[in-house]
Amino acid sequence: MVTRGFTGRGRPPGGDERIPPGQHLVGDFPVLSAGPTPHVPLEEWTFTLKVGPKPIKSWSWSEFNALPQTSFTRDIHCVTSWSKLDTAWEGVLVDDILAAASLSPPTDFTLAHSVDGYSTNVPVKDLIGGKAMVALRYGGEPLGADHGGPARLLVPHLYFWKSAKWVNGLQFTERDTAGFWELRGYHMYGDPWREQRYDTD
Amino acid sequence: MTLTEPPAARPSARWQNAKIVDIVVRTPRIKSFFVALPEPFDFRAGQHVDVRLTAPDGYQAMRSYSIASAPGVASSSIEIAIDLLDNGEVSPFFHEVAAVGDEIEMRGPLGGYFVWSPSDGGPLLLIGGGSGLVPLMSMVRARVTVDAAVPAALILSARHWDDALYRDELIALEQRHAGLSVIFALTRDAPTRPQDFGRHIDEGIVRQALMSLPAAPRLVFICGSNGFVNSASDAVLAAGIPTEIVRTERYGG
Repeated sequence: MVTRGFTGRGRPPGGDERIPPGQHLVGDFPVLSAGPTPHVPLEEWTFTLKVGPKPIKSWSWSEFNALPQTSFTRDIHCVTSWSKLDTAWEGVLVDDILAAASLSPPTDFTLAHSVDGYSTNVPVKDLIGGKAMVALRYGGEPLGADHGGPARLLVPHLYFWKSAKWVNGLQFTERDTAGFWELRGYHMYGDPWREQRYDTD
Repeated sequence: MTLTEPPAARPSARWQNAKIVDIVVRTPRIKSFFVALPEPFDFRAGQHVDVRLTAPDGYQAMRSYSIASAPGVASSSIEIAIDLLDNGEVSPFFHEVAAVGDEIEMRGPLGGYFVWSPSDGGPLLLIGGGSGLVPLMSMVRARVTVDAAVPAALILSARHWDDALYRDELIALEQRHAGLSVIFALTRDAPTRPQDFGRHIDEGIVRQALMSLPAAPRLVFICGSNGFVNSASDAVLAAGIPTEIVRTERYGG
């Protein structure tokens, strides 16, 4: 349905083949989160890999920073309809985390966990093969707390709520298990190119 | 943040052609739009709708807007209040083009965390910055529709007295209904009433709001820009409120 009198201004100059349907381009970096911003001291920070309830390996901040670091420039898409192009991240690929733990994915599904109790589910196939990382830096600087620092999951090809801020663990699960927003009406997978915003999409 | 609440039961949110039935100027930069839906839905205070506009060439713009009206009111329309944003794309359409009788696409209700139902109880501490009041207004209005009104304290931050959204309705509700207290924190005006403040929200203002409640809050809702939510959250935590009961919604995203 054409809206009377609406012409729109959000088209990017180079065409919109990089902007998924229903999204608009922003230059700034909006912040969304469900509670107050946690501030995690680096000396207390840990990241834990689990299979079901069982911890497999944990890293301190310095141990985690000693893992291979990868640079990653990607477009990101938030379910609230903003998209941002060419965001530059550095961090540790999930592949390298698994290699450091000598772990082959034991199931097809994961839940990422955060210090504030947030969680989100991501299939293993969307985390491995160079697709996702635990990001420690953004734009050449340590990742700020507003954007999920000291460390956030980065799964840029899915809506950005899947890129859990303040991440402190990755847990392999037998079944695809809904996380925080997925329990509250949001889509289990969240592909921006198929506009999988809500559970009925 | 807590994960203990049950998942929300939610009907499917399909796109509908909603008709604008009334437009009310609320402040110099905020207008309310009352829209009638072919298939009205029930919702919870704090939920939002998605609005989609389509240009003649097929280009679409989608935005989320919180619902300001109270749930459960057997009304044929819902209210959204839209702030005119500089360099905005959708808000200028609403402020400068949209007219009564126009149709826009809308779907909802959406969102399952920044929500409150009377059965969730209280007391409530509600903190809004500018148009961040909108989802809190739905809670305030919902609160007066139930018999045993839940105690609530609201702090609204606005630049000037005339920018305070729903100012006169809030003052009237405060006078008519026991158990609601309202504090206006004006950042560019002197306070008008003795209980108001002429500064940004800080720990002292939060403590005064807490003193008007009969017990510690069960839930705290904070809505506004990211900068506003961060500073208001800091003030709330400094006043001794546990982070687990604080729910935030940040505009501009």
